[in-house]
Amino acid sequence: MLLLECPYCGVKAEETELSPGYEAHLKRFGPGSTDEEFEAYMFARKNPKGVHFERWRHSYGCGKWFLAARCTATLEVFGTYPAQVGEPPADIIEKIKARRPDWKGYK
Amino acid sequence: MKRYSVFAIAREALRHHTGWQRAWTSPAPKRDYDAIIVGAGGHGLATAYYLGKNHGIRNVAIIEKGWLGGGNTGRNTTIIRSNYLQDSSAAIYEKSRSLYETLSQDLNYNVMFSPRGVMMLAQTHHEVRGYQRTAHANALQGVQTEFITPQRVKELCPILNIDGPRYPVLGALWQARGGTGRHDAVAWGYARACSEMGMDIIQQCEVKGVRSENGKVTGVETTKGFIGCKKLGIVVAGHSGQVAEMAGFRLPVEAVALQALVSEPIKPCMDIVVMANTVHGYMSQSDKGEMVIGGGTDGFNNYTQRGSFHHIEETLRALIETFPIISRLKMLRQWGGIVDMTGDRSPIISKTPLGNCFINCGWGTGGFKAIPGSGWAMAELMAKGEPGPLAAEFDMWRFKEGRFIDESVAAGVAH
Ligand SMILES: Cc1cc2nc3c(=O)[nH]c(=O)nc-3n(C[C@H](O)[C@H](O)[C@H](O)COP(=O)(O)OP(=O)(O)OC[C@H]3O[C@@H](n4cnc5c(N)ncnc54)[C@H](O)[C@@H]3O)c2cc1C
Ligand SMILES: [Zn+2]
Repeated sequence: MLLLECPYCGVKAEETELSPGYEAHLKRFGPGSTDEEFEAYMFARKNPKGVHFERWRHSYGCGKWFLAARCTATLEVFGTYPAQVGEPPADIIEKIKARRPDWKGYK
Repeated sequence: MKRYSVFAIAREALRHHTGWQRAWTSPAPKRDYDAIIVGAGGHGLATAYYLGKNHGIRNVAIIEKGWLGGGNTGRNTTIIRSNYLQDSSAAIYEKSRSLYETLSQDLNYNVMFSPRGVMMLAQTHHEVRGYQRTAHANALQGVQTEFITPQRVKELCPILNIDGPRYPVLGALWQARGGTGRHDAVAWGYARACSEMGMDIIQQCEVKGVRSENGKVTGVETTKGFIGCKKLGIVVAGHSGQVAEMAGFRLPVEAVALQALVSEPIKPCMDIVVMANTVHGYMSQSDKGEMVIGGGTDGFNNYTQRGSFHHIEETLRALIETFPIISRLKMLRQWGGIVDMTGDRSPIISKTPLGNCFINCGWGTGGFKAIPGSGWAMAELMAKGEPGPLAAEFDMWRFKEGRFIDESVAAGVAH
């Protein structure tokens, strides 16, 4: 069972308390964007076998959205952090690099 | 290769079964092939089979990182139906279903196609309208389905509780010629037929890279070395994003886990397939007597072939409400597969940015039923370089252009 620590209330929440929200740090495109940009935003999601950043909601707790760095191949969790950031914080990146030296980095 | 027949069984019975041949060979890879298929699941094997049978292309290798049929093809709950809403879906799924009718004879391998009937319960007014619409669409498409009353539902499946407290059964979409098949046998039957045509099935060989020059694939890097090819077909389901990335393009596909489970075997109690999409569960009974059960996908990207326990709980809760008699059954086995989900829940059978590279993926939770039709359409695409009528609408650029083949409304849940 997946355990994620909610960065707001500090609760180590198990999956039944959480709702998944797929890819984090999405750049949104709307009217005026090119077809390619809009397609990439709507459908061409990152789907890595390995390190992935995603949105989760502590739905049966504080109700807030937060972000998590997780490995999709092993279910290892590298860390969670509040959602009000444009990209993963440096300490999370460091933690991932320590665990996955061959990781190509966040793009 | 010797044909399987009743006489062969009698002959072998008299000589202690010493005369059976291997069903397929396990050759070392050659230096190059006219066509390479990556992935020996049902779709990859069927593609190879129809390349040989319909288009005379037999210098073919099928490369598989594990064992053939060990992906989703060997992990699914084997529901076969073609009662989809959109015309392009109905066309390819019905082609597939009708190929299943004679597949055992065609392959000389018993795939145990059992057209026992598939019933999709309508448990909300929204679903009633949705399924009535599908039944009308199917009538126009020439797919035989009908919308039936709760009384008829009860006649067809007496163990169903039609006046459940939360979601009473208001009717159902019934496809009498839908049913089930034996998943392993479909993979094995195609594999045997491919091998007989002289194709090489190379197992325990993972594709690690795709080599290309001037926008054309020249071959694949594998754990058994470089293998050259004139055409490449990528048919790897849950790993489509990975292999596409090796070939240098991104797919509108996400990989998530889908689980299934079976109960201890019991005496025959239901002879049709029942799907209850509102409560997220479906069930049929295998020839061994096990109740075969499935539900919805997990909600996050996952490559572990392991799902979350609470999804199984949800599925069982829904099915106990629908089939009260199963409440005391013990569950024997549970497993997961990694399914490739697209944004409109329809597959991709498409050309790619690389001229001689083709992709078949996105069957998600419902591609077992599509194996023969998908192989047929993919073989046509690979042989001619252009899609035929079956595959025409399923290209990967439809997402950019907004030409969705929206089946997520018609089948909110699995298979
Ligand atoms: C639990 C569950 C229940 C389902 N129930 C139904 C159902 O009732 N009805 C229905 O119609 N469908 C159902 N499905 C969906 C169905 O199983 C799939 O859509 C279908 O089997 C896909 O077949 P495939 O040949 O494309 O993929 P697979 O059978 O997964 O084959 C792909 C193959 O590619 C190989 N591969 C991957 N990467 C590489 C690589 N780099 N190099 C070499 N080989 C590679 C894999 O090892 C695998 O064997 C279900 C799926 C699951 C998981
Ligand atoms: Zn919280």
